[in-house]
Amino acid sequence: MSPTDAPARGKRPATSATTTPTGRMTALARAELTLLGRNKGTVFAALFVPLVLPFSVRAGAKEMDLAGAGLTTGTLVLPAAIGFSLLFAVYSALVGVFVVRREELVLKRLRTGELRDVEILGGSALPAVLSGLVQCLLLAVGCAALLDLSAPSAPHLAVVGLLLGLVLCAALAAVTASFTRTGESAQVTPLPFLFVSMAGSGLFFPLEMMPDRLASVCELLPLTPVITLVRGAWTGDLSAYESLGAVLTAVAWTVLAVFAVRRWFRWEPRH
Amino acid sequence: MPTNEHEHVIEVTDLRRVYGGGFEAVRGIDFSVRRGEVFALLGTNGAGKTSTVELLEGLAAPAGGRVRVLGHDPYTERAAVRPRTGVMLQEGGFPSELTVAETARMWAGCVSGARPPAEVLALVGLEAKTGTRVKQLSGGQRRRLDLALALLGEPEVLFLDEPSTGLDAEGRRDTWELVSGLREAGTTVLLTTHYLEEAENLADRLAIMHEGRIAATGTPAEVTAAQPSHISFELPTGYFVGDLPPLAELGVSDHDTDGRTVRLRTRELQRAATGLLVWAGQAGVELRRLDVRSASLEEAFLSIAREVSARADAPTTKKEYAA
Repeated sequence: MSPTDAPARGKRPATSATTTPTGRMTALARAELTLLGRNKGTVFAALFVPLVLPFSVRAGAKEMDLAGAGLTTGTLVLPAAIGFSLLFAVYSALVGVFVVRREELVLKRLRTGELRDVEILGGSALPAVLSGLVQCLLLAVGCAALLDLSAPSAPHLAVVGLLLGLVLCAALAAVTASFTRTGESAQVTPLPFLFVSMAGSGLFFPLEMMPDRLASVCELLPLTPVITLVRGAWTGDLSAYESLGAVLTAVAWTVLAVFAVRRWFRWEPRH
Repeated sequence: MPTNEHEHVIEVTDLRRVYGGGFEAVRGIDFSVRRGEVFALLGTNGAGKTSTVELLEGLAAPAGGRVRVLGHDPYTERAAVRPRTGVMLQEGGFPSELTVAETARMWAGCVSGARPPAEVLALVGLEAKTGTRVKQLSGGQRRRLDLALALLGEPEVLFLDEPSTGLDAEGRRDTWELVSGLREAGTTVLLTTHYLEEAENLADRLAIMHEGRIAATGTPAEVTAAQPSHISFELPTGYFVGDLPPLAELGVSDHDTDGRTVRLRTRELQRAATGLLVWAGQAGVELRRLDVRSASLEEAFLSIAREVSARADAPTTKKEYAA
């Protein structure tokens, strides 16, 4: 464009400069945070469920031979609590966010602007991801205080596990949203992943206590490496080889999810 | 630079769009829009207007042909085009639980060189509604919010998909004034509408779409001029079409009858009308329900729809001629 076009665009100087990806995502995330606060159903599911479910894990722990598996109540309950938080506050909540924004044509509208596709999904996901992160930190502090859990012996595993878990759950939410048509069906479509994860990823039954063959299958589930890394951070008995395996499994699932989103995510409702 | 004024900011060549189910919504269209021009895509519902505009907005890749907006492909070169365009979709696109002010602030954060949100909201008359949730706005207010946000970045090219649908007469007039003001400021506007009046009032040039194709294009005057004028009247009792003077000599291109009503189409309205009236005067008959009408955009629009429906039920038309 030549400078001679400038006068045609209005006499007043522009009030804000060129946008940046960070600026755009912040603006979107801020609006999405406001919306999160206004949706009581999501707030309840996201805040209440992950704080209550760990009690049932603790109750179930009384039947288990924890010491034989090298675990304590704390190293059983905290990873499970973090898992619940990722599943409910991040994954389920985001399936709803993506589907409802698509139904409202918000995603389509956003795509007419300067935001790139990844910024739209990332910015929309940010409040739920942050709420999940804050919850996990509170849960760690709570478990340390109530369940006599000492500081993690390998904290870096907890950090890596948690970050991978947040990214993976957000990406899987977008995948699930790709196959969810309406806001109503978004109440149901997250259930398979919730059940599979709760049963097989070491939330209620640690993999350490499963038969070896079953455990080696469950290791490959998307959320298992996250729970394994978090648990390993506190027990300290995860070898470098095992840690690497868990990280690679989580990364592989994330890559797969990103591919699926690029391939199948729908930006507008079906006509 | 003078060349700039004639620069084509939108160029469309043999554009096609096919939906998943195989439906071909856009079937090879060509047009271009010069800088500073207001261009209207006119058509009935389902003519392919929105499908076309979405390709220009870069929301989808065409199935064939080429689109250039400001010299770039709006789909593959999104980053180069988006900061310079503003878009008003046909409907919605705002979270229902946000207030007007929150929605505008969110958009302002995503638009390069955004004006203060309050300023554009005032421009469309929503300044009193800033604290209202989007879901509580009327349909017309929502359209105006959409328009305000499309204007936030002072775009060089503005896409308006049915900007006045759902507005009352006053809101429509306000929107027209706004668009005229934008044109004066040099903004290029592409709008779709099914209001003929809107196209006639606003557009420098227009294209009438029908079934995925452009059926007519040009300035409103050119499109109108391409259409025949009409004369219709009731045949006097005891007279038949054969009793009229030779129609071809009067410059009538064709005619049809419906009961006793005769309709003539001509490109030489004065000659045909004179010939007809002189004949009636000499024969001493009264032509009841005489209607002499020069071509209008509405006529152009209707005749395009009629040509197609005539093709669809051709046997009936023939019967009419036989009667």
